[in-house]
Amino acid sequence: MTSPVGTRGADYEMVVERGKIAEFAAAMQSRNPAYAGPDAVVPPTFLISSALWAPDGAAVEHGFDRRRLLHGEQEFIFHGPPPRAGQTLRVSEQIVDRYEKPGKKGGLMRFAVVVTEYRGEDGALIAEARKTLIETAPRAGAS
Amino acid sequence: MPVEVGEKAEAREYGPLTTRMFVRYAGASGDFNPMHYDDPLARAAGYPSVFSQGMHSAALLASFAADWLGAENVRRFAVRFREQVWPDDVLTCSGEITAVSQNESGCLVTAELSATRQTGGIAVSAIADFLLPLFR
Repeated sequence: MTSPVGTRGADYEMVVERGKIAEFAAAMQSRNPAYAGPDAVVPPTFLISSALWAPDGAAVEHGFDRRRLLHGEQEFIFHGPPPRAGQTLRVSEQIVDRYEKPGKKGGLMRFAVVVTEYRGEDGALIAEARKTLIETAPRAGAS
Repeated sequence: MPVEVGEKAEAREYGPLTTRMFVRYAGASGDFNPMHYDDPLARAAGYPSVFSQGMHSAALLASFAADWLGAENVRRFAVRFREQVWPDDVLTCSGEITAVSQNESGCLVTAELSATRQTGGIAVSAIADFLLPLFR
């Protein structure tokens, strides 16, 4: 199944947890004290872990062949200070763009841009994650 | 704290990287693609071994950037994935300020960052914005 541009997944709750921030900081080999304590701040790429909170149906369908799927770019935008432990976010993702380019060895490369929004309990947009997925061109002769 | 265009962070090395680190990142992030920790499966798929999640390398570069410019100051972190990263790789993170603008809410600083493999190839590059407080 392939979601067209504009498709939005079901929204869901993400609780920003102190323990999860500490676990993420350890995985990024950081001892920065900003990631510790009851009001720990989230690291710059932490919001990627919202995937752990997503129920079935929350993810939009890129529809690409997984064997040719690449993660090209990933951007995090914060519309103010990054979230802290104890905050609850409403998360939803949406396909915002699809385009194609000729592959270097022929065929077509397909691109999909997925934006995940992170809103506060008052509905204000706190952060966005923008992911560019690439499906490489099929090899000549491959079906 | 750097506030001038052209200022550079002191470079920092991460590694040698291990499969254990990839596993730790899988648990922290929720990315359980087995290509990053199941070596027989990765080899069966034609890879020489397991390899790092792109977002793991990005997290190390983000760690470096936030230690330099302040974790609570980050406003944008945009990563481009360029080369795969393998066990025993050493990533050297570096960064340089490329733009500075002041407004009433602070000093908005743009930095270009990269994580470079021991081969000289760039694994991930990033552009980041940090809003530094005016009174420090």
